[in-house]
Amino acid sequence: MHTGLAVHFDADDIDTDQLIPARFMTRSRADGYGDCLLHDRRRSENGKLDPAFVLERHPQASVLLVGRNFGCGSSREAAVYALLDAGIRVVVAPEFADIFAGNACNNGLLAARIDERAHATLAAAIGEAGVRVSVSLESARIVLGEHPAPDSCSVAFSLDDRSRTKLINGWDDIDLTLAHALPIARHRERRAREADWAWPAADGRKSAEPNGRDEPQGPDDPHGPDDERR
Amino acid sequence: MLPRAFERAQGVVLEGPTRLSNIDRRTRPTTLLDKLWSTHEILSDEAGNSLLWVDRHLVHEGSHHAFARLASRGATVAEPGLTLAVTDHYAPVRGSPTGIDASAARMMGTLASNARRHGIELLGLDHPRQGIVHVVGPELGLTLPGLLVTCGDSHTSTHGAFGALAFGIGATEVAHVLATQTLWQRKPLALRISVNGTLGEGVTVKDLALHWIAALGAGGARGHAIEYAGGTIDALSMEARMTLCNLSIEGGARFGLIAPDATTLRYLQGRPRAPRGASWQRAVEHWRTLASDADAAFDREVTIDAGGIAPTVTWGTRPDQAIAVDACIPTLAALATDDTAAARAALDYMGLQPGRALAGTPIDRVFLGSCTNGRLEDLRAAAAVLRGRRTRVPGLVSPGSSTVKAAAEAEGLDRVFIDAGLEWAGSGCSLCVGMNGDRVPPGERCASSTNRNFRGRQGPGARTHLMSPAMVAAAAVHGHIVDVRTLLSRKDHR
Repeated sequence: MHTGLAVHFDADDIDTDQLIPARFMTRSRADGYGDCLLHDRRRSENGKLDPAFVLERHPQASVLLVGRNFGCGSSREAAVYALLDAGIRVVVAPEFADIFAGNACNNGLLAARIDERAHATLAAAIGEAGVRVSVSLESARIVLGEHPAPDSCSVAFSLDDRSRTKLINGWDDIDLTLAHALPIARHRERRAREADWAWPAADGRKSAEPNGRDEPQGPDDPHGPDDERR
Repeated sequence: MLPRAFERAQGVVLEGPTRLSNIDRRTRPTTLLDKLWSTHEILSDEAGNSLLWVDRHLVHEGSHHAFARLASRGATVAEPGLTLAVTDHYAPVRGSPTGIDASAARMMGTLASNARRHGIELLGLDHPRQGIVHVVGPELGLTLPGLLVTCGDSHTSTHGAFGALAFGIGATEVAHVLATQTLWQRKPLALRISVNGTLGEGVTVKDLALHWIAALGAGGARGHAIEYAGGTIDALSMEARMTLCNLSIEGGARFGLIAPDATTLRYLQGRPRAPRGASWQRAVEHWRTLASDADAAFDREVTIDAGGIAPTVTWGTRPDQAIAVDACIPTLAALATDDTAAARAALDYMGLQPGRALAGTPIDRVFLGSCTNGRLEDLRAAAAVLRGRRTRVPGLVSPGSSTVKAAAEAEGLDRVFIDAGLEWAGSGCSLCVGMNGDRVPPGERCASSTNRNFRGRQGPGARTHLMSPAMVAAAAVHGHIVDVRTLLSRKDHR
């Protein structure tokens, strides 16, 4: 459950170049990206911060309602870092670009998809002043108000099961995947056997040996039954 | 069920018998996407997510976050032999590398040290084959049909032109691939865009791409893998196919696919890292199966008549805000009501008026290059327009790779550009991405062969008009946006 101030950035097609302009992407993660979020969008032509921009008016906002096709364009994960480092925990939109949605989930940022009617409801409630909301991953609802009563106005959002589980548990995919080391090793072994051409040829006359350097790991017989594919 | 063109290929470039009986005929008709997916699926979870095997992983300077994640876990790279590092995003393309920005130099240095530490082959600035990762992979023959290719860059869809499952991923996913050589993904829906008919003179695959993106919308193919098919696609060169697949992401699709055929084989055979000898024969046998079955069902189908496409130019700040060069910028009344606010904002940013003709709009500079249109054919198309002419505005030409650069110079294209008044530069992402020192100054208007006309993409306040390389060249000659067909007819219609 996350509770915070929801504000409305009323724009469609906010691409990741706008979320964080490319020229700021040499920073390390530890240096923080919060001051880069929408860097050029929140400034006027003279380079000064625009006090009317929604995130200037509400620097404490943590839930951002946005328009369609949010996060389109470049795959840069720094767009998610910029949102998180600026204090945003939830982005709510009718649609998210595919790569952005994956990056968000991988970093604990909830990208909550809502329908157009729910969008209109939230936009009306937020208005110019913003509104406190509670966002529940378990019930997949955004509830208006800080201490919502059971009959409080709320809207549903959608999120696939894997993303929900990952966000709730804070799982790291690498750990999950390493639990499957055996089927991965078997798959590699079979690919090397059936598609040796899938390994790059040496840059010369000689063909590369797919199993030359890294033997498949695991204690099993690499020629065992191919039962891992489902 | 096999494309006829592929059968022709057997006679052209293959040795040895063809064995049709080896084709894997499934009971249920399947799409090319289905075939590629099932080959790479190691396992799947209850929620329908697949753990996929990655055959090629391409990394660049932007992968520093992923390497840092790896270091923080004390993890190593699972398959350095299937990984290639390329210096492109921060590559200085003008002048000597000694004059480059310190942070860009640090980015390139970090990539080099990560590559060294993990035993990954690096195509750095000083490498004779350096270039943009999506140009270099195919050039080397590292990109092949039937492979799964990932890279922390959204234009990885380029490699789908070979019938590979290729898609862009974020930094966390890059770290996952580095550590495990696998990736969790949900299978996308299948969208087939069938294109038939002949592209008119002066009309290129870039125009076709902008045309379909304008028709479907910048998010129109989100959630889908696009398979491009039809007679028009069959007739395209590999370079043109790469341009088309590259731009899939601008319509929202992470994946663009074209089934391999004779053109694909002809392009690949003899490439430095492509399979050879018996390995090549085995590969070709498998590649022959990589086509959607004739009766395969797609989640969505779109049909396009190539003959109806004109040279196409963007007027706004999304790739789908594009029109035929001889059309007028739409009036706000002509747009869908929910799109008028975005259009108004875009026109305001671009300094354009609704309802006015797009042709005749003055430009300040041009750019030729990028992973979309930085290949030899692109440079040839631009040079064909520029030969014997002078440009009225300055501009930069950045070949997509050092290999492209050398080939272009061997046929004298560099002289054509220089004589016309343009700057002939080195290879890299350059002015496509505004992160390597090359920028369009605020308020200036650039005719560009790149892929994104987003606000600020080419620099803060830069105004970008996307178009084909030939159209960029024509704009340079006139100093304003112009229909390239008027130049072609004057010069080449004898």
